Amino acid sequence: MKKSAKAAESPLSLDEIARKKKEGDVWELRLYTAGQTPRSLTAIANLKKICEEHLQGRYNIEVIDLVKHPQLAAGDQIIAIPTLVRKLPQPLRKIVGDLRDRERALVGLQLRPVSEGK
Amino acid sequence: MPRATAPNRNSSFSNYNGPANRSLPKARTGIQGLDEVTYGGFPRGRPTLICGSAGAGKSLLAIEFIVRGATQFGEPGVFVAFEETAGELAQNVRSLGFDLDELARKKKLIVDFVRIERSEIDETGDYDLEGLFIRIGAAIDAIGAKRVALDTIENLFAGLQNQGILRAELRRLFRWLKDKGVSAVITAERGEGALTRHGLEEYVSDCVILLDHRVTDQVSTRRMRVVKYRGTAHGTNEYPFLIDEGGFSVLPVTSLGLQHKVSDERISSGVPRLDTMLGGDGYYRGSTILVSGTAGTGKSTLSAHMVDAACRRGERCVYFSFEESPQQMVRNMRSIGLNLEQWIKKDLLRFHSSRATLYGLEMHLALIHKIVNDFAPQVVVLDPVGSLLDAGSPRDAHVMLIRLIDFLKSRGVTAFLTNLTDTNAPLERTDVAISSIVDTWLFVRDLEFNGERNRALYVLKSRGMAHSNQLREFLLTDHGVDLLDVYVGPEGILTGSSRLSQESREKAADLRRQQEGERIARERQRKRDALEARILALRKEFDLEEVEAETLDAQEVLRERSVEEDRAAMAISRKADSGNGSARSIRTKSKEGK
Repeated sequence: MKKSAKAAESPLSLDEIARKKKEGDVWELRLYTAGQTPRSLTAIANLKKICEEHLQGRYNIEVIDLVKHPQLAAGDQIIAIPTLVRKLPQPLRKIVGDLRDRERALVGLQLRPVSEGK
Repeated sequence: MPRATAPNRNSSFSNYNGPANRSLPKARTGIQGLDEVTYGGFPRGRPTLICGSAGAGKSLLAIEFIVRGATQFGEPGVFVAFEETAGELAQNVRSLGFDLDELARKKKLIVDFVRIERSEIDETGDYDLEGLFIRIGAAIDAIGAKRVALDTIENLFAGLQNQGILRAELRRLFRWLKDKGVSAVITAERGEGALTRHGLEEYVSDCVILLDHRVTDQVSTRRMRVVKYRGTAHGTNEYPFLIDEGGFSVLPVTSLGLQHKVSDERISSGVPRLDTMLGGDGYYRGSTILVSGTAGTGKSTLSAHMVDAACRRGERCVYFSFEESPQQMVRNMRSIGLNLEQWIKKDLLRFHSSRATLYGLEMHLALIHKIVNDFAPQVVVLDPVGSLLDAGSPRDAHVMLIRLIDFLKSRGVTAFLTNLTDTNAPLERTDVAISSIVDTWLFVRDLEFNGERNRALYVLKSRGMAHSNQLREFLLTDHGVDLLDVYVGPEGILTGSSRLSQESREKAADLRRQQEGERIARERQRKRDALEARILALRKEFDLEEVEAETLDAQEVLRERSVEEDRAAMAISRKADSGNGSARSIRTKSKEGK
């Protein structure tokens, strides 16, 4: 409920992001890809679209290319590519795939029940 | 055509001769026995599938392949764990003497734990397993790994929903591992009616190894089999294997043949008289001796003698006792004057006491293997070998004993087995199972007679020596085993006190006979003496008569001479002429005679 209340706010400054992160209402998303494959690009595009629609102004996306940083794969237990990891808010969620199925992606990110509740 | 194929056939035959198989490069596992079964190890640069049910030892085999590769063959390895964390794994194998942390520090090993939590994963749209590829690839490149283990990659099926993608990706993964040139080991859970639950054998088809853990009569046995091994010969039997503090070991004993070297050397049985019965010199070294007999006939004692004699020669012995504890054995043998404790102290003798039912047959076999390999004894005693029958079905026990004996023979170890014969069963029947594989078979039986029980020993068979066919009475004295001749007479075989009484009876009879003989001799002497005395007397009498006769003759001559002289004197006095005078005188004389 709290999140949706602030959903109307416009993109935040870095300071604000840092503050909100402390409070726990910024969505920290990490997308793991392997090189510039079409599938990776699709995933990135899909993710951005979802975030803009549902998390406007309170999300932070980090795209990690495992081809460049293979050592980072172990940390989040990545096996499939692409994998979207919701670091924050807790609990940790993982969505595997190119996020083509919007509905399932929203359920996976636990955004769907929220929007329905509204 | 035949000419062209002949050389090929020859060369393929030579491939079957064992480890000298040049058809396919192999990565040695370093696991005892497994390299023999696979004729050199797993296929180098190709994936090997290890399948088996839970607890069959798949993970252990995989980690051993990696660790031994890193420590023994200089091939660094990557272990991708889907089930255990690196810490757990390190802890689990520490008891086997593998220090994963140390290996990791030396950059010989990387354990990568891949955790897939179904509950926190959703799937939407297309994906691949490039992340896994990258992780494995990074690990391989980091240490220049030559070996990779994936344990158990099937966990992916639990974590990811899209089977189509998964299968395609696994196929790609195995292909990729091949291209990487690493020898990979992939473990998979045994499936219903199939080798693996998710049909991984479709993808990994170069080498498939099946581990089995079955429980028969509450005794568990581990077995392994090489289901397939493309492009190379391999042992096809089910081989028992063992997991103990030394890790994984496979016992390829069924592959043993009868090519072991034999020895002409003879070794004492520890009982001089028994040596005499065995052609004078005792057993052959490296032969198998079976002592069977009913309860309490001294089978263990004979074993102890054997051990004592061997230790006296400075040889090492292992005594596997399935009934008595070492202390009990030492105490009991002390009572017959055998000091086994001294040999234990000198580490020439080792006791291994365990109930036969403690482990399955394979475990026993494996333990014996291990101990024989480690301690390298010259003599091994199994007392009693029949106890092992309790640990499995008679058939299994038979097979195991053959394997065990073959193994000991191949090592030139003299095996001394004892076996308890059922008192009620026909003698010598229980041992049929092993009789054909033993070289020397002694039989100790008890003879009940005259209210007492005595032991008798005989040599049932002894290959390659002129052994005695005699039954010997077997005595346990305070200085060990003594073998005595039994009394064989019209009343049958006598032992014990009846032998003693028979002996004393015989002695008395002998004495009587002797005295009688002496008496007869004396009588004869007396007769001879008497006769000779009479002969002497007669001769004397005869001599006397002769003398008398001579005297009479002499007197007659004298008398005649005097008559002559008288006549002459008369003639002279009558003055007769010599011629007439004499005639006259004769006439006169005749007148006077009238």
